Amino acid sequence: MRSGELARSQESRETVGDYSVPDARMRCRDVEVWYGDKRAIHGVSLDLGRNEVLSMIGPSGCGKSTFLRCLNRMNDTIDGCRVSGSIQLDGEEIYDRALDPVPLRARVGMVFQKPNPFPKSIYENVAYGPRIHGLTNNKTELDALVETSLRKAGLWDEVKDRLDAPGTGLSGGQQQRLCIARTIAVSPEVILMDEPCSALDPIATAIIEELIDELRANYSIAIVTHSMQQAARVSQRTAYFHLGDLIEVGETNQIFTNPQHRLTEDYITGRFG
Amino acid sequence: MTDQTPASAPNQRTIDAVNTSLKRRRAKERRFRRLGAAAVALGLLFVALLFTDIIAKGHTAFQQTYIKLPVALERAQIDPEGSGSAEVIARANYLGIIRAALREHFPEVTARRDKRALYQMVSVGAPQLLRDRVLADPALIGTTAEVWLLADDDIDMVVKGYIDRDLPESERRVKDRTLGWIERLEAEGRIAKRFNTIFFTNGTSREPELAGIAGALAGSFYTLALTLLLSFPIGVGAAIYLEEFAPKNRWTDVIEVNINNLAAVPSIVFGLLGLAVFIGIFGVPRSTPLVAALVLTLMTLPTIIISSRAALKSVPPSIREAALGVGASPLQTQFHHVLPLALPGMLTGAIIGMAQALGETAPLLMIGMIAFIVDVPAGFTDPATVLPVQIFLWADSPERGFVERTSAAIMVLLAFLILMNLAAVLLRRRFERRW
Repeated sequence: MRSGELARSQESRETVGDYSVPDARMRCRDVEVWYGDKRAIHGVSLDLGRNEVLSMIGPSGCGKSTFLRCLNRMNDTIDGCRVSGSIQLDGEEIYDRALDPVPLRARVGMVFQKPNPFPKSIYENVAYGPRIHGLTNNKTELDALVETSLRKAGLWDEVKDRLDAPGTGLSGGQQQRLCIARTIAVSPEVILMDEPCSALDPIATAIIEELIDELRANYSIAIVTHSMQQAARVSQRTAYFHLGDLIEVGETNQIFTNPQHRLTEDYITGRFG
Repeated sequence: MTDQTPASAPNQRTIDAVNTSLKRRRAKERRFRRLGAAAVALGLLFVALLFTDIIAKGHTAFQQTYIKLPVALERAQIDPEGSGSAEVIARANYLGIIRAALREHFPEVTARRDKRALYQMVSVGAPQLLRDRVLADPALIGTTAEVWLLADDDIDMVVKGYIDRDLPESERRVKDRTLGWIERLEAEGRIAKRFNTIFFTNGTSREPELAGIAGALAGSFYTLALTLLLSFPIGVGAAIYLEEFAPKNRWTDVIEVNINNLAAVPSIVFGLLGLAVFIGIFGVPRSTPLVAALVLTLMTLPTIIISSRAALKSVPPSIREAALGVGASPLQTQFHHVLPLALPGMLTGAIIGMAQALGETAPLLMIGMIAFIVDVPAGFTDPATVLPVQIFLWADSPERGFVERTSAAIMVLLAFLILMNLAAVLLRRRFERRW
């Protein structure tokens, strides 16, 4: 073990910075996640404010994706995964026994790392969510909703003439924007993004980043990213995770220019990670 | 990087080593390819042998020998009162009419034993066929019509060349005098082979010339239809539950091992189980497509469950996540997204299972499908037999005429199998979707 690592390993894992925000959309306190006997997240407390983009960064395996997937209970689908602590959406406990994860996922949408449109038409991809939730009364309303969603995702002009074409036939960046359109079609309050640009080229990435900035006006967005530049570009607040601990959280500017914790500083300056 | 010589020397050695081993590797590859091609060729050879053998033996069964005779359909004998009622016409003595026609054509035959031999040239089914002919066309009554009469199977065998005319009489099934009559009829152009419709319209019979596969085909159809109806939904349901909903614990492990074991259980065991449970306890009527379908469902379920689970496993998890992510319930996720993608694989498995069931004989023997059933079944609870059992029964019959019919029935069975597999391929193409 190099001396730096030794020093790091002995440093405090208490979260540096203020993890709470006033009037938070989502409020997480002492969240612990276990995969079988392995503890993946060690007591993380973090708030997601309204109309803000919160980015989560950290080396691979630090638990940022796991934490993100707790926020809409996608971890439920993993065998042997247990979550403890408190996660509230607008003051409502989402891990409450009585709460149904199905409507929760309509309120907390998710965009995945690899674009995963349904193998159906572009129209069907966007219309699927509203249809199963019964959000529209007739075809005209549904058509309008599909158009608005595609417009918000910045995809409308590119696909308006071929809504019946299969969604899987689009380019990677377009597919990811289609997935974003699909997510916002059910009008969620929060959008979770799990490395949404990691499979995309720089131009497609730039378009998505711009889109995220626009979406902030209406949604709260939590984004996991491997790219620190991306975190710096799109987010207002940044949380740095390390081996299942939330090490530091704060204004994005402050995290990138003046990190308080040594681990954060080492990661940001590229000394490890 | 600083000194080049030691670095390039090992480099050269590496390339030499690679080159020597390359030769060996290429030879290995060529050998493997040749072995593979040989294996395929061997397989094809056996298939070709099987087909040529069966077709060579069986193609003659699609033709049947008929004897053309002028038959006097006198009004006095058929419909004396001229009522024209079908009931009266049906009751007439057609056997007598045919015998009279034979006597008329061979006036020199007078001895009682000779006459009996003469009468035996025509099938015992001929009078009924004649009756049907007259019923269909009552205008024939009162005329002398040239009628093609169904020949007995011995005559058929002689005409088709399966009975050697040059053998000494004592070793031949058809005696010299009958042979003489056949040759006379042949000379007169009164014997001909015509397409054997009886083979496709009749049930089985003790008389080869009257035996057909319609009964077995209908039995197989009802059995398979019911088997598919039962096993596909149950199998797919079980697969979806086990794969997507059941918790992964010791119980599901036990179930999985058992399903895999059941797929390898000898089919006769399922027959015994069906006999004991379905017939013995639940009193399902034996020899029926219903009980056969129940037994074959048990037999095909493991195949369908295993292939359906494999198909579900091959659906990328990202599709499930996408559906769950927009708030679809687990059941909606399955039925709207996962199932359509897994369906081609499931259908393939189901059709393989069905093809297995179509060819299955042993368990059906246990539940009475081996019974001699002449009538063509009209429903799921009529006594029936199925194609493979019919083949088994005919292969066991001593009459020479059944040999070609056995092969013909095998041809029909194979045609069915090919059709089913073709359907599997087409369905898979149709439903296959890319993601």
